[in-house]
Amino acid sequence: MTARVGVVTFPGSLDDGDAARAVRIAGAEPVRLWHGDPELHGVDAVVLPGGFSYGDYLRCGAIARFAPVMETLVDAARGGLPVLGICNGFQILCEAHLLPGALTRNQHLHFRNRDQVLRVESAGTAWTNTFQPGQEILIPVKNGEGCYVADTATLDELEADGRVVARYVGGNPNGSQRDIAAITNAAGNVVGIMPHPEHAVEALTGPSLDGLGFFTSVLKHLVGTPA
Amino acid sequence: MPRVVVDVMLKPEILDPQGQAVANALPRLGVSDVASVRIGRRIEIEFTGEPDLDRAREIADKLLANPVIEDFTVRVEADETVDAHS
Repeated sequence: MTARVGVVTFPGSLDDGDAARAVRIAGAEPVRLWHGDPELHGVDAVVLPGGFSYGDYLRCGAIARFAPVMETLVDAARGGLPVLGICNGFQILCEAHLLPGALTRNQHLHFRNRDQVLRVESAGTAWTNTFQPGQEILIPVKNGEGCYVADTATLDELEADGRVVARYVGGNPNGSQRDIAAITNAAGNVVGIMPHPEHAVEALTGPSLDGLGFFTSVLKHLVGTPA
Repeated sequence: MPRVVVDVMLKPEILDPQGQAVANALPRLGVSDVASVRIGRRIEIEFTGEPDLDRAREIADKLLANPVIEDFTVRVEADETVDAHS
């Protein structure tokens, strides 16, 4: 059976097409989900793509959090459904309190768009189990509000529990605390990542194929999970 | 119509790069006695009936502010307030 991975489109989503394509290249069936439809249509996992949902009005992800699809998704994620939030999707997961902390304006105030080396710190999540801990990967980063912040107690807890999933290497593009590029929830099924694995799945368009690992990981995770 | 004003500010411990950028621009205006600038957001809410501070607080807590990084205050502003154009 082919796994079905949902990709949510909000008004202002940009990378939903690339996310669906990455899902397909990884060998799963992408299922387009709509922000106004609370139904998840029986998908096995969900990607919240990058972009500028609702024009980033108020705060990035603040309004998307109240979209009808999110009510269903928050419950499903708490029940163990794998969810990957990329860039704006990461911001939405924080606003929805599925992940701790917040993403704020880049410290230098500039939009950063470049290929970025990351070190995978945790290979224990639903979205990173095909990587080796400590593995360095190259994927694009592009954000204006990607500076991860949380209070010291939360940061210490994330570190102690192995919930920092990836860190920036060779220069922090946005001032994120402790060079954090990606984190996960306690159960390891929800991951938020600021850089864009969906843009690094084909030699023609990406700097590497390293991003594909996130999507093949969730397929491996689903095979190992009894339905 | 009286309205509820919500002021949202980044918590003191959260870096405010926008405020810093503004502060750094002030010397170019010849202003040299400003120690710091912090930027927040003011939201005005008009209810269809009487202003409801409790409801406004709920709106601020759930949507207008992110309590992880921001604090907010809520107050009723009388409609007599007229902008003073100097």
